Amino acid sequence: MWFVLKFAVVLIPVQMAISLAVALVLDAITTRFARFARLMVFLPYAIPAVIGALMWGFLYSPTFGPLQQFFDLFGQQAPFLLGPSHVFGGLMNVVIWQWAGYYMIIIYAALQGIDTSIYEAARIDGANSWQLAFRIKIPLVSSALVLILVFALIGTLQFFTEPQILRLVSNGTITPEFTPNIYAYNQAFSYANFNYASAISFALGIVVFIAVYVFLFFTRKRGSFLS
Amino acid sequence: MTTARIAAPRPASGRSTRRRAPMRPARRIIPYLFLGTLVVYFLTPIWWLFVASTKDVTGLFNGSAGALWFDKNFALGANLSELFTYDGGIYLRWLGNSLFYALAGGIGATVLAVLAGYGFAKYRIWGRNFFFALLLGSVMVPLTALVIPTFVLLSGLNLTDTIWAVILPSLLNPFGVYLMQVYTADAVPDELLDAARVDGAGEFRTFFRVALPQLRPAFITVMLLSVVASWNNYFLPLAMLSNTNLFPITVGLGLWQGQASANNSGGHSLWGLIIVGSLVSVIPLVIAFLSMQKYWRGGLAVGALK
Repeated sequence: MWFVLKFAVVLIPVQMAISLAVALVLDAITTRFARFARLMVFLPYAIPAVIGALMWGFLYSPTFGPLQQFFDLFGQQAPFLLGPSHVFGGLMNVVIWQWAGYYMIIIYAALQGIDTSIYEAARIDGANSWQLAFRIKIPLVSSALVLILVFALIGTLQFFTEPQILRLVSNGTITPEFTPNIYAYNQAFSYANFNYASAISFALGIVVFIAVYVFLFFTRKRGSFLS
Repeated sequence: MTTARIAAPRPASGRSTRRRAPMRPARRIIPYLFLGTLVVYFLTPIWWLFVASTKDVTGLFNGSAGALWFDKNFALGANLSELFTYDGGIYLRWLGNSLFYALAGGIGATVLAVLAGYGFAKYRIWGRNFFFALLLGSVMVPLTALVIPTFVLLSGLNLTDTIWAVILPSLLNPFGVYLMQVYTADAVPDELLDAARVDGAGEFRTFFRVALPQLRPAFITVMLLSVVASWNNYFLPLAMLSNTNLFPITVGLGLWQGQASANNSGGHSLWGLIIVGSLVSVIPLVIAFLSMQKYWRGGLAVGALK
């Protein structure tokens, strides 16, 4: 449980910053390359989390992953990203890769929905691009930001697929009680403690529910999601 | 050239023009550099997957060309044929299962979401607000937290390890209902329905002939979301199914990966199969995504702006 809480606290701001930055850049330039980039950033969302995790597991692999080969060029030992000291960053990378594009698209869609006459008015008042982005665009998409924050919070607290897949190649770094969901799964299907496992799941559900509710309460705005 | 020549006799003004001249391209290059880096980052694993699936086992583990470039021995064809015949062609079976679960769960969930969303938006039923609040609450309960309780429930009904164990839970999509409700309230005016009723259309006719065509964009979006959710689902089928013939592709690949890492020496050929299998299973969804991205953005805008 502590792992997922820590993970959520670190991961979500980083992920949101990345997706917000990409969405703002894509909103500002409209060339063919920008459209291409938008598709490519979104592409990982189309890939099942299982396969995303498998791929990164291979990429991290010390025997044939490209990371090790890159470090070999300098005669160095690559850090094993699923080892005890790096597993946090290693998993974070997988999750960001998988989901940043999806969040980016949500923010981008909200940005596209802004009336462009506001920009013109701001330009006439002398705002530059940075001011435009920070003073106008970000406040106007704040409801989309709240929405993806909620999604990210729910998704992170129920973290299961990636660690479950990477567990087997992590040489025991990822333990059977790594996240609440993995713990519940192992209790249910390795030890047949179905009732205990249900209780864990239920407790997790309640924690997530309360977390999201508290969060929405504090960011409440008229007209936003669950107003 | 011209700036340099002017700059030579008059250094003071020359510096200012020289500084301004590279500023403009630099300003425009930075966003491109940023995007370019990200594209490389997001594409590297997919590129690696493609390259690795063309290698045979020795190329994969001891290849000379490095992990991100093709080996001299191009073995994609051999890998594919091994993939489709391994263990009696079980891979194709998994692929078919995935497709079936995704379509059955996705379409079923969409139909339910449309009906429920329309009902919530257009009928004044007793307790509507209460039930809708309950629905919104269930959007916030994480799905995987319900997997094990659902398993216990379904095993009481003797439904675990059947296709129903996967399909029934994926029929429930509270977020889809929420999206449909929001969209219906917006896109189908009450006056339109009243006009249809005055013209003598029954409730069913009104719904199918008048309301449903208006709901098409939201319908497609909810369907895409639920099809993808069922296709990508891992925890639910992993918990529910133990008969390998019923596995969807995600659980199947997970099973192979478990076997491959359990016997590190003998599992080499299985690693190759996992890689090719991943590539093949990714292709249909990637194509679907790229061709339907218009609907994605439309639907997400509905969800994000409300």
